[in-house]
Parts: sequence; C-alpha cells; structure tokens
Amino acid sequence: MIGKDIILALSMRSVRLHFLRSVLAALGIVIGVVAIASIGMMGANMTLSVTEELSDMANKLTVTPYTGGGGGMMMGGGGGRVVVGSGSSSDDDDDVIDDDQFRDIERIVAKYGTAYTVRSESDRIEVGSETGRATIYGLDADIMREILTVEEGEYPKSTTSVVVGPTLAERLGLKIGSKIEIGDPDEGSTTTVRVVGILEERGMSMDLSTDMAIIGSDKLFTGIYGGEGEYDQVNVVVNDLNEIDTVKTAIEDGLNRKEDEVTVQDSSRMMESITSTLSTMTTFVMAIAGISLLVAAVSIFNVMMMSVNERVREIGILRSIGTQRTEILRMFIYEATILGLVGAVIGAVASLIIGYVVVLGMVGTAEYFFAPGSIVYVPMAMAVGAAICIVTGVYPAWRASNLDPIEALRAE
Amino acid sequence: MSSPVIELDNVTKVYPLPSGDVTALREISLTIDEGEFVAIMGPSGSGKSTLLNQIGCLDRPTSGNLFLAGKNIREMDDRELTSLRLSSLGYIFQKFNLIPLLTAYENVEYPYIMKHRKNDDTGRVRDLLALVGIDESLSAHKPNELSGGQQQRIAIARALVNDPAILLCDEPTGNLDSQTGAQIMEVLSDLHRKGRTIIMVTHESEIAAYAERTIVIRDGRVA
Ligand SMILES: Nc1ncnc2c1ncn2[C@@H]1O[C@H](COP(=O)(O)OP(=O)(O)O)[C@@H](O)[C@H]1O
Ligand SMILES: [Mg+2]
Repeated sequence: MIGKDIILALSMRSVRLHFLRSVLAALGIVIGVVAIASIGMMGANMTLSVTEELSDMANKLTVTPYTGGGGGMMMGGGGGRVVVGSGSSSDDDDDVIDDDQFRDIERIVAKYGTAYTVRSESDRIEVGSETGRATIYGLDADIMREILTVEEGEYPKSTTSVVVGPTLAERLGLKIGSKIEIGDPDEGSTTTVRVVGILEERGMSMDLSTDMAIIGSDKLFTGIYGGEGEYDQVNVVVNDLNEIDTVKTAIEDGLNRKEDEVTVQDSSRMMESITSTLSTMTTFVMAIAGISLLVAAVSIFNVMMMSVNERVREIGILRSIGTQRTEILRMFIYEATILGLVGAVIGAVASLIIGYVVVLGMVGTAEYFFAPGSIVYVPMAMAVGAAICIVTGVYPAWRASNLDPIEALRAE
Repeated sequence: MSSPVIELDNVTKVYPLPSGDVTALREISLTIDEGEFVAIMGPSGSGKSTLLNQIGCLDRPTSGNLFLAGKNIREMDDRELTSLRLSSLGYIFQKFNLIPLLTAYENVEYPYIMKHRKNDDTGRVRDLLALVGIDESLSAHKPNELSGGQQQRIAIARALVNDPAILLCDEPTGNLDSQTGAQIMEVLSDLHRKGRTIIMVTHESEIAAYAERTIVIRDGRVA
C-alpha cells in the first residue's frame, strides 16, 4: 500500500534513491540553520545578560564633575584625573567634587536614598617582579561592606590592607596576603599594601568597575594621592526605582544653579547604547551567516535541476498516462520541501547543541538560553532554511511540469 | 453496432525544426468505430507514432480536426486532455514505460489513484495483474527486476485500470522476442474480443494480422 498521496510517495522515493546527494544538499541547509540560529541566540543571550546586569543598577545614579561638552563618562569611576607622578595630589582645578557639593547631594538625596563618595586613580602597580596598571579606589569602610562582596578573605581593616577584583587577582596571581606596591619608584615614593580579600566578580557597571581594581579605605587613598575633601565621583542609590528621574533632576537643579558643575547619569543611556550596539552587531553577523544559506540554496537548486534532468523520461511517462502538470509541479516542490525540512529539523537539533556551547563560551552563562527571546531563533532559522529550500525548488519544478510529454518520452 | 469513436479530418502535423520543418502527417482523414481493432502499418519514419500520439492526446495537430467520441480536442486545454488520457485512453508503448520508482502493483494502481484519489480497495489491480498473468509475488517487484514480457504485461494492466474506451499500442511487441510477442498479442486479441477498441502501430505484418483492419501509412499519408 502506497497511501493515497502517490505523488508524495514518489518524491520520498526519489529522495531516498539518491540518498547521498540528498543528504549533501540537506547538509547545506543544516549548516545555514545552525549558523543563523546560534548567532541569533548568542546575540540574544548577550543582550539578555547585559540587560539583566544593567538592571541591577537601574536604581543608581552617578554624579561626576562636569567636564564640558559631552555627557560625561559612560562607564566606571576610573578615569577622573591623570596622574603625574605618584604621591602628588593631582587636583587640577574643578575636576573634582568637593565636600560642599557632596553635602549638597547628600541633603538632596536624603529622602530618597543614600549617597557615597568614590575616589579613584589609575596608577602603576608592582607585584613581585611583575608590573602593571590598575585603578585604585578609595571608599568609606562601611560603604565598602555595603556595596562590595568579598568572595575570599575579609574587608580591609587597616590603611595598608586592600581588597582586589577577581580579574586582577587572577592576572597577577594575587592571593590573600600578597603584597602590592603602588606607585612608580622613578617618580617618587611607593606604598606597599597587603591583599586581605578578593571580591566577587561584578561585571560591567557604571558606578564602580572593581574587577580589575584595588580597593582600599579613603585614608589609604588620600595617604597616597592626597585630595582631602575632594572626590572623583558620587554614587547615589535610590530606594524607589520610580523616583530615579526626580532625584536626577533634583541634583542637577541643586548643583548646577549658576553653571554646570556636575553631570548626573543613570544607567538607561548606557543600557540603550549597549543593547543597540549588540543588536547591530548580531544583525550584521547574522547577515553573514545568511550567506551560508544562500550557498545552501544554490546546492539545493543544483540537486533539484539534476533530479529533473535525470527524470525527464519518467516525467514523460507520468504525463502520458494522465498526470496533470500541477501534480508534477507538486512532486518536485515536495522533493525540495523534504530536503528543506530534513535539513531544518537536523539543523534545529544541531543548533540547540552548538548554540548552547557557543552561548556558554561567548556569553559565559547559558541561563537565558531557553528564554523566549533566545530560543525563538531556532524555529526562525528553521523556517528561513525550509522556506529557502522550497522557493529554490520552484523553478526546477516549474520546468519539470512544463515539459512536453512527447519530447520527454523521447529522452533517453 | 458501431459509431465512430475516433474521427480525423484533414489532420496535418508539422514539427518545426531549426533545419527546416518536418511534415510528419499530411491531411489524414479516417474514422475508427467503437470495438474495432485497427493496425497502423508503414515503414519506419512514415508517421505512425505521430498519428497515434495525436489520437492519444499527447500532442495536437498543426491543422485539421480530431474528434474523440464526438468531441473536438482542439477545444480542450492541457488539463482536459490530461484527464482524457487518464480516464478514457490506455497507452501501451514499445519501451513499456513503467515508472521505475514504483513496484509492478503500484504501477498498475497509479492511474487508479490519480483518478479516484484513493487506493484500490475493489481488487481491480490484483485482478488485472492476474488477467495479464502476473502473480502476486511478481507484483511486488520494481520494473527493472522484471523481464520485457512481464513489463509489457504490467503496462497492459496499467492501461486498463481506469477502463478506457480506447487502447493505443505503439509497437507493443517491438522490444520482445517473437514468442513473448505472440503471448502479448493473445492478451490484446482477448481484450478486443471482450469489446475494447484497440489501435495498434506496428511494422510487422504477422503482428498486424491480429487486427481486423489495417491502415497503411507512407510519408505521412494514408496509402
Ligand atoms: N518530436 C519530434 N520532433 C521532430 N521531428 C519528429 C518528432 N517526432 C517525429 N518526428 C519526425 O516525424 C517523422 C515521423 O516520425 P514517427 O511518427 O516517429 O515515425 P514512425 O513511428 O512511423 O517510425 C520522422 O521523420 C521523425 O523524424
Ligand atoms: Mg514509431
């Protein structure tokens, strides 16, 4: 028994008869589907994980000295002043927030949340024989406990002890008890500090970038760089997310009365710019992956043309015994569809495996892998792959259906 | 007892070729009545197959009219001609022309499914195969696993499955040895005795002898 759709049965038998050729053609679709799906999922996972990370700071504002022109810095508290020789108090005029301003901010913020000061400096450091650069943060001891999490060790208790970010620790092989020499010996004195704790990874953030930094007490910082009563940045934590704009405006109004003194930033701009960059990148890379589907289309087209040319006589027989043109058309469209569907299904399974590995490797976490925004790329790529196959099959099928029965019967 | 099932009126067929037109049929007029067994004879290249292809609705005359059961095929489109081939005409070719992807049984069932849009549940396919002498074990084989005589028997069963008014045979024994050929002719004679209209092209007079009437074609004209 062949079932009542004998045309479909013929298509399937043709695919099976030319198994190797069909597999190779379908393989093109598999690769295309995997490429598009994995890249799409990678992009989605990056966006999702960045968005999640950034939403942790949706209730935070950073206040930095107004530097004129642009909207201030985007990220991190690392770039305040340029160090010219260690130990010098590098306050070039107004590029700092002073105590008065901080007290103003504290007063404005008081009913909405809390504000704390951040001092930061980029400097040369030496560990054993290795040298490098790192951001050195000076934070209030209580604030440090509140906002930073120590993964190993403890919070600094003295002016010579510090905690370090996990990336820096790994790169310089720092352990609890390691000594770091801060400052350039050629340009003045250096300060030696002891690592008492290693922080948990904090990732991308705009309030503090601690992964590659050394964090010590305010006293330690001013001991090295001076700058009593001067800060590089003030971070504000707002209790109610809905009041973030109110607080932002209040600070701006309060401090920038005469001229622009400070820049207040929230995370929304950074979030926008990062997600839009990611989505542009993803789209671009996906377009490149789309080329692989184009190649697949060419190979499907080739196989379909071969199948038609090989079966001219058979088409003649089918037509001569009363098979309609539309049935011949259907037979070859089916053949292309079978190749497309097989390719798309295998491609989908492979995308789940390969996509998972890619996401894990490139994004670092697969926790959003099965999120709708990510997993949707699998059916999407499947649909695109199968559709390309079917569309590619239309011309060969049309050719087949328009063969003249007598001419076709005369073919060898 | 007879009325014309096939009527040709000044049928001309010209094949336009780059090297010049080939006129395969020149103003042929003839009628064939229901139940007749007609042989079309003539030397190779005389236009026998071309004539049969016009009657079989595989092609259209360049000029002149062809009536099948009183209907002018000039007024039918490809879709209608195709259904006519499916339901009213049975074709038997010199080269058997079975569908290689289908088994013997499926080859016979194919036109049935095309017409009725369902598998044969009446036992007709099995009966026809038995009638032409193909047993059940052979009917599960693909055409390339069968002998020429067996393939032609299957082709006859296929041609009969939709109970066509006319059976068209183009050199049905041309690819068979004389003994097998004689067996095939016995099957056809039998069908004729049961009332089927048969038109058969051949260039062998022993084969033509099975028919009641012989039309000789020379250079595209009835001689
Ligand atoms: N499809 C075709 N295209 C061009 N010429 C054809 C075609 N079919 C037949 N002919 C020509 O028409 C003539 C008659 O051919 P045909 O009917 O096959 O002869 P027969 O069957 O009697 O041997 C021959 O000259 C042949 O070359
Ligand atoms: Mg011939």
